[in-house]
Amino acid sequence: MRRSLAPQMKFGVLQFPGSCDEVDALEAARRVGDAELLWHAERDLKGADAIVVPGGFSYGDYLRAGAIARFAPAMESVIDFAGDGGLVLGICNGFQVLCEARLLPGALLPNANRRFTFRQVELEVLNSGGSFTHGCALGERLSIPAKHSWGRYYADEETLAAMDRAGQLVLRYAEGENFNGSMHDIAGVSNERGNVFGLMPHPEHAVDELIGGSTDGLKIFESMRMTVEGVHA
Amino acid sequence: MIRARVLIRPKAGILDPQGEAVQRALPALGFAGVANVHIGRLVELDVEDAAQLESMCEKLLANPLVEDYEIQVGE
Repeated sequence: MRRSLAPQMKFGVLQFPGSCDEVDALEAARRVGDAELLWHAERDLKGADAIVVPGGFSYGDYLRAGAIARFAPAMESVIDFAGDGGLVLGICNGFQVLCEARLLPGALLPNANRRFTFRQVELEVLNSGGSFTHGCALGERLSIPAKHSWGRYYADEETLAAMDRAGQLVLRYAEGENFNGSMHDIAGVSNERGNVFGLMPHPEHAVDELIGGSTDGLKIFESMRMTVEGVHA
Repeated sequence: MIRARVLIRPKAGILDPQGEAVQRALPALGFAGVANVHIGRLVELDVEDAAQLESMCEKLLANPLVEDYEIQVGE
């Protein structure tokens, strides 16, 4: 349901040299609101209400995935935007960029199975109260494709315990689905404030039944819209 | 200009699947008695101010959360 006088919210989807999933992210966002691509070299976020840092291989994953992208002019603006409480979603490489930028705790490491893996995975919602999952039920399963070789989530046990207490562990791989060896099967985390969220699987690839048969990814974009527009489920 | 070398290693205690893969490959090629293999990264660079190397490592060259670095200065 939408308030008839409210303008559509606008997503800004970053685009780095080497990004490859920014167009799918743009199209997914467009199912929920307005969306525009934001080129890495420009500081202007064009009035975006929420930012998506997309999947791919920004700067060729040179040095470390996301290590260089974190210093892009657009990311300087995103860091300020996040500091002001703006919503930032990082998908796959985007998650890596957000960890490198220290907008999210922890780091992503090479998959424990040593393989680039592309398969549908079942995720469990551990926290359904936040800005990115309040369109989901607690414990709900989401079917979303994962597509990465560097997706093992790592943080030391002390940090993980603190994150757990603060509700920052948002998504986990269901039993048997954790091919990358992420600590405690963690698939997606948020920052303490809850306005920045990163996940390795690709919700933008699960928005149309014609492709893959799951539209569970839409719930994340829809949750963001609800947050921005002030409408809560 | 000073020649510098930075060795970047995965932190001890964190799973290193590349290192494990190589550790398994070596005996398969006939090399016995190999243990504790870890794969890191080498960055070589000429710098004017060697004092900046630490900051370069902290900011870009290494991820201090999961990597240790060792700076070597001069030939």
